[in-house]
This record gives sequence, structure tokens and C-alpha cells, in this order.
Amino acid sequence: MDWALANLPRILSLTVDHLLLSLPAVAAAFLLALPLGRVADRLGRLREPLLGSAGLLYAIPSLPLFIVLPILIGTGVRDALNVIVALTLFGLALMVRSAADAFGAVSQDVRLAAVAVGQSRWGAFLTVELPLAGPALLAGLRVVSVSTISLVSVSAVLGVASLGSLFTDGFQRGIVPSIAAGIIMTVLLAVVVDLLLVGLGRLAMPWQRTQARRAGS
Amino acid sequence: MIEFDHVTKTYPDGTTAVRDFSLTVPSHTTTVLLGSSGCGKTTLLRMVNRMVEPTSGEVRIDGETVSSRPPVQLRRSIGYVMQHSGLMPHRRVVDNIATVPRLNGVSRGAAQERARDLMELVDLAPELARRYPAQLSGGQQQRVGVARALADDPNILLMDEPFGAVDPLVRVELQSQLRRLQVQLRKTIIFVTHDIDEALALGDQIVVLRSGGEVAQIGTPRELVEEPADAFVSRFLGLQDGRRRLHASPRVGGGWTVVDDTGRPVGLIEGEDGTEPAAPSPEGC
Repeated sequence: MDWALANLPRILSLTVDHLLLSLPAVAAAFLLALPLGRVADRLGRLREPLLGSAGLLYAIPSLPLFIVLPILIGTGVRDALNVIVALTLFGLALMVRSAADAFGAVSQDVRLAAVAVGQSRWGAFLTVELPLAGPALLAGLRVVSVSTISLVSVSAVLGVASLGSLFTDGFQRGIVPSIAAGIIMTVLLAVVVDLLLVGLGRLAMPWQRTQARRAGS
Repeated sequence: MIEFDHVTKTYPDGTTAVRDFSLTVPSHTTTVLLGSSGCGKTTLLRMVNRMVEPTSGEVRIDGETVSSRPPVQLRRSIGYVMQHSGLMPHRRVVDNIATVPRLNGVSRGAAQERARDLMELVDLAPELARRYPAQLSGGQQQRVGVARALADDPNILLMDEPFGAVDPLVRVELQSQLRRLQVQLRKTIIFVTHDIDEALALGDQIVVLRSGGEVAQIGTPRELVEEPADAFVSRFLGLQDGRRRLHASPRVGGGWTVVDDTGRPVGLIEGEDGTEPAAPSPEGC
């Protein structure tokens, strides 16, 4: 505890670094997964092969990816962008299938009704499909967020600062409180972001609450 | 006036839903497309607002072919009510009803005001406006569906088995409401159903369809009952199984009871002014 108090400024600044690496990756994975998932869902026979290979992205070992990626996209190994892009790929691996399933679960009746009242395709996507896929999209997003926040720690091995740095430093210099602080802060961050997402979901999808209440009564 | 001019719909897999179908639907009247499932009645309905494009032939509204109009615009000018209401589960009742006016560029405030007027028109309590569809009964949902279809005051109303999923009592209530509305609003309605009682209750003109969208008979309810064109129509109307062959039998305590061919009671006979008639017609109903 003394160690943590003495190093509070450093812990907080690493927490900010951690967020600056993970949040852009989560957001990018989410936004890219929406069109990919929507398209994949409508591909019929190609749906499963495509989603399967997206899922395989997750099988790429993270360290080699961090080293190969700069060659492909022209960044340095120690660039924050390198880390963000790699994490986005891992996020996509999880999120594309979630998104495809979320869009797939939107009722056919409602889609048809949207066409019948004269929604344009784009309008139907934005105002009908997207909100109705919302609950399942949120579930996928929560998994991606937790997984990304925990994965970011690896960046410390490359020398990109994050809460993982507390872990690598502590390990090299034999400071156990530093290791503990790294782990606890990472978990705490994941939980806080998760709670924020749940809260945002409740605000954005008020109809969900009435349905939950109905089902529960 | 809506005209179907020799329309055919063949799907890529080779099934023909509708073959060479022609029909004129006069303005301000209700035409019922009656047939069992798979007879192409929904396909015909959807040709009017271009949710289905005919393989050949054309549909015209007031002489203008619908294929000349952009589908999205066309649909916004035609009311559509479907089974299971097709309401947007994530929008409140008032916003569901306001959908089409909003799409047509009416301001939110004006559209909601219009929606509240329509709720009154279809007998929905004002306090339901802020509810979500899942919080309503099946009958209430269908009323919202009808209100949504009427919201931008379209000339044409397409109704695809709108009352098929509600219980019989509510269905009868919704039917009589639609009749009352029609007296007031005089829309051109195409109504799809497989329920003969519903067809007789609502149709000014009834089209009985065989499979493949082939017309078995077109006529007024009275013409169908009095002169069914063939055994198929007669069977469809239930004229052969005795359900609609009614007899009057003297009622204990005076007056007459109407019974069907098997002797089961279906109602009582009263005169035009509610008094007992002098003598019932032999097979009157």
C-alpha cells in the first residue's frame, strides 16, 4: 500500500496510457465490425466461412503480430499506433461474429414492416436494424472491451507504456507491490469500463428495461 | 382505383405464386382477397406497393403504373397493416404511429399530434401513447398498426391478415371498428384473409382465389353466398358442410330460432325493427 501511495502519480499516468491504447482499439473494432458483420450475415453460404476466418485472427500469437505489423503498416514497433492496430484486429476477431449474430437476430417481421412503411435501405439500417441489434451488439462489445483492456498489458514488453509496465518493472526489479498494482488496476479498469458500457446501453435502449420487467413479472 | 393487369409472379426457383391475374379494385371500397395459404394473395397485395415486382403484367393506381414510381416514395403514400402488427419494438406507441408522417418530412411535434388524434380514432386510450408495443395486448397492437397505416392519410390501405393473430372476440371488435372507420374515411382497401366470415363481414367485393392466384370467383358477399360459381367456392364458403344452410325452427315461447343443417342453433330471427317477424323466409338468414 505504501508503495502504491508513493507511486500514485506514475500509476495514474500509466492508467491513462492504458486507456489511450485500449479505448481507440475497442472503438475501432466495434465500428469496423458493424458493416462487416452486417454484410457477412447476409452472405448466405459464405457467412460461416467468412466469420470463421475472422475468428481465426484471434489465434495469431500477439507478440509476433506486434513485430510483423510495423513492417506491414510502416509504423515503429514502439508506436502506440502499432499496438492499437494489433488490438483492433483481435477485437475484430471477436466482434465480427457478435455483430453478424446480432443483425441476424433482428426479426424478419420488423424488417418487412420497415420496408412496408417506406424506409430506405440506409434508413432501415440506421433506425431499425442497428437499434434492435443493440442489446446483442452491446454484449459483444463488453467482451471485446474486457479482453482488449487485459491484452494491452503486453505492450509493456515492447516498451510501450501501459499498466503492463508496472508488471514488467516489478518483475525485473523484484517489487511485488508493483506487480500487484498492475494486475489490480487492469482488472479495475476493465470493470469500470464494463459498468460504463452497461450504463450507456441502458440510456440508449430504454425499451429493453420495460421488456425485462415484463419478462420478469 | 387499383388495376391488376395480367400480372404473373414466378420465383427464381420456378414456383409460380400468381398466374395471369387481372382485377379492378374500385376507389373507396373494400376488396377482400380470400384464399387458403399459398394461393398468392399476399404476393398480389405486395405488388401494389412494389414489395414484390410482377414477372409480367402491371399494376396501376388511378391509371398510372406503379413501376414508374420510386418504391420508397410509393410505399410512403400507401398504408400497410400486417399480421403481428409489425410494430417497431424500440419505439413508443406514439412514435410508431408517427413513422410515416416523419418519413414524409412532417415535424416531430406535428406528427405526434397527428398520432394522438389517430389513437382516438382507433379507440386507444391516450395514456398508452408512451408505452412500448410489448406492453400492449394483441388487440391494442393491431389498433396501433391500423393507426400507423392511416397516419399520413393515404388513399389506399393494404391489409395483410391484420386480425389473424388475435382472439375471436377481439377480431370481431376490430372488424366492426374497421367498418366504422371505412364509412367515415372511404379508403380504397385491399384486405387479405383466409377467414370466410371476415371476408363476408368486410368486403364490398370478394375475390376467391385458388392456388397459383387463379380466380375462382369475384362477387359481392351476397352473390357468393347465393350463387357460388363452383364446388370449390361453395366448399370454401362452407355451403356444402351445412354450416351456412340455415333453417328456422319455432322457438319455445314464440318467435324463431335459426339452426344450421345439423340442427345446432346459430341465432334468433328478429324483424327489421327488432320485433318478431310475421313469418320467416324458408331458408332465411
